[in-house]
Amino acid sequence: MNNIIEPTSEKHQSSQVVNNNPFYDPTLIKRHNKAKRFKFFTIASIAFAIGFLVFFLADMVVKGLPAFQQTYVQVNVTYNEKTIASPRKAIDKKYRRIVSRAWLRNIPKLVEVSPELINTTRKTWVLANHQIDQYMKGHYYKIKDKQLKLIQQMEQQANIKLKFNSLFFTHGDSKIPENSGILSATIGSILTLIVTMLTAFPLGVMTAVYLEEFAEDNRWTQLIEVNINNLAAIPSILFGLLGLAVFINLLGMPRSSPLVGGLTLALMTLPIIIVSSRAALRSVPDSIRQAGYGLGLTKVQVVQDHVLPLAFPGIMTGSIIGMAQAMGETAPLIIIGMIAFIPDSPGSIFEAATVMPAQIFTWAGMPERAYVERTAAGIMILLSVLISLNTLAIILRKKLEVKW
Amino acid sequence: MGYFLKAFESKKRHNEIKEKIIRFFLIAAASVSILTTFGVLFSILFEAIEFFQMRSFWYFITGTEWSPGVADSKFGALPIFSGTFIITFIAMCVALPIGLGSAIFMSEYATPSTRNKLKPLLEILAGIPTVVYGFFAAITVAPAIVNFFSLLGIHASFNSALASGIVMGIMIIPIISSLSDDVIQAVPDSQRKASLALGMTMSETIIHIIVPSALPGIISATLLGLSKALGETMIVVMAAGLRPNLSWNILEDMTTVTVRIVDSLVGDHEFNSPDTLSAFALGLILFFVTLLLNIVSLALIRKFKEKYKINTL
Repeated sequence: MNNIIEPTSEKHQSSQVVNNNPFYDPTLIKRHNKAKRFKFFTIASIAFAIGFLVFFLADMVVKGLPAFQQTYVQVNVTYNEKTIASPRKAIDKKYRRIVSRAWLRNIPKLVEVSPELINTTRKTWVLANHQIDQYMKGHYYKIKDKQLKLIQQMEQQANIKLKFNSLFFTHGDSKIPENSGILSATIGSILTLIVTMLTAFPLGVMTAVYLEEFAEDNRWTQLIEVNINNLAAIPSILFGLLGLAVFINLLGMPRSSPLVGGLTLALMTLPIIIVSSRAALRSVPDSIRQAGYGLGLTKVQVVQDHVLPLAFPGIMTGSIIGMAQAMGETAPLIIIGMIAFIPDSPGSIFEAATVMPAQIFTWAGMPERAYVERTAAGIMILLSVLISLNTLAIILRKKLEVKW
Repeated sequence: MGYFLKAFESKKRHNEIKEKIIRFFLIAAASVSILTTFGVLFSILFEAIEFFQMRSFWYFITGTEWSPGVADSKFGALPIFSGTFIITFIAMCVALPIGLGSAIFMSEYATPSTRNKLKPLLEILAGIPTVVYGFFAAITVAPAIVNFFSLLGIHASFNSALASGIVMGIMIIPIISSLSDDVIQAVPDSQRKASLALGMTMSETIIHIIVPSALPGIISATLLGLSKALGETMIVVMAAGLRPNLSWNILEDMTTVTVRIVDSLVGDHEFNSPDTLSAFALGLILFFVTLLLNIVSLALIRKFKEKYKINTL
């Protein structure tokens, strides 16, 4: 390709023409290569984004799956007056170090529930210490040589094994890793979301109805519109400052409670619900409204009986997406104190509680290695809830949405 | 007949009253959003003013030493601003090319079916809670960076600005890509076809015709991403450091405005001490910077909409 021809007519006529296309552009190959490189760049960037997602999800699953299993050891447990007084003594001295302290502490309760156990010695599967658990899962562990030998011996006798970790779903937080679970955080999340939903949904839909159906185009309306856009851009942590200053310090609501958390999240979710509800209301054709007025309905009747029901699927979709976002939010909840250590499930919206993302945050900061898998497992559960919520929203939109 | 008319009249009046009440409630609901914005502003402003009565505003903006919790505490926020700036800059270096590249691929190269498959995946990326990104940054990315640089013989901190910056950038990719995607799609097809008909290659069309046309929208998306990065909390709380550090070395630990806000409010200081109130002073700066970015971003997108007469963006 070194027969470069200037596309001027004079030269073109005089020289030996290999390529006799008068529009031949000598830089064409370069340009095509550049186009290819550019396309490759765009493909690479989307591949990076998707690749990251896959890597990230795989990383979480690999880290989190071990938490769904827990090590149990089979030892002789003696139940009598003495062991109820000091539960440590229920187990032979040799095994004391490898059994979970939390399980031992539970012995008096166990006897209370089933009194036939008293004055007997039984071979029982007992929750093991978290270091033993980490050893069984092949992670980093800190065990003394004496105990390590004992465990290896027990392994041969099949007196130690991994079982499904049901405690993770039935227990609240605990300072003892093998005893901690996600239940109290889940209940805290549900209570908080109920408050959020009950506040943000009516407020958001009413605002949207006002702006789309009733508002005249005046200063006040414009102010509200600008406001909603700005509200959506305020960093979430500043809502935490609002919650702290207004709900807790000014109105005296209980600190760390789902009530304060729910209200704070509601204000954050408001713009999402308003924007999607407005879009849904706008998609209802004007002919519906005109037909209603033609039949003598008032404005309220038209909106309430015709426009709102038709816009409902769109409103629901937006609200579910808003809820999913509120569910994953952590920063404002830290500010209002919802990262407290909560071992028991909250009974009402006024009691101190924690939520799932805050629980993940707390566990992520724990020094014990056993909390890493619990954090990842908590993330797996949170992500599956969020992804199902979003899928539900998409399905709702596809199934119920009316095409005009 | 008169009876019917009367009944009709009273029903009409009844409806009118009902209408007025409902309208009142709707206006009240709509005003909540205004109340919230001003609530955020004033709740921060009052505490911040209290802080600036105790400490000088000038030193807060320009001082280089931040040492709360000690007897002679100093509140010079410059190292905090620099940390925030550097981490945000790293995030934008990751998010801007990748987000824009993804948006261009989705709107220009991808077939509709590929596009329909890719979009939900990017939405999942957008839906991942930031606390999860934070855990990932702290447990996977940060050690990887330390290991990589120790191979080169360079010491990197486990709380390096690089780790949180990269992960924050990934978090922002979907924000930039989805908005840019919408904007690029809104560029009239006639421009695209005219350029291709004149013999320009696809990449030349995109770089010289489409991107310049969509530029206000792309800048708007970038500013929005920037404001998200500045206000992002969980990633930096979990992966970046606590130590205010005035340095350019991205392998050192740095702190950000949001980290300091969380740190000073979670600790058990007295509420009216300058230690706690400094959080509100930092919050005030954050509020105005993000507000400014958002206003400029909205103005740009409005300009774009007016130029191409689009109502749906």
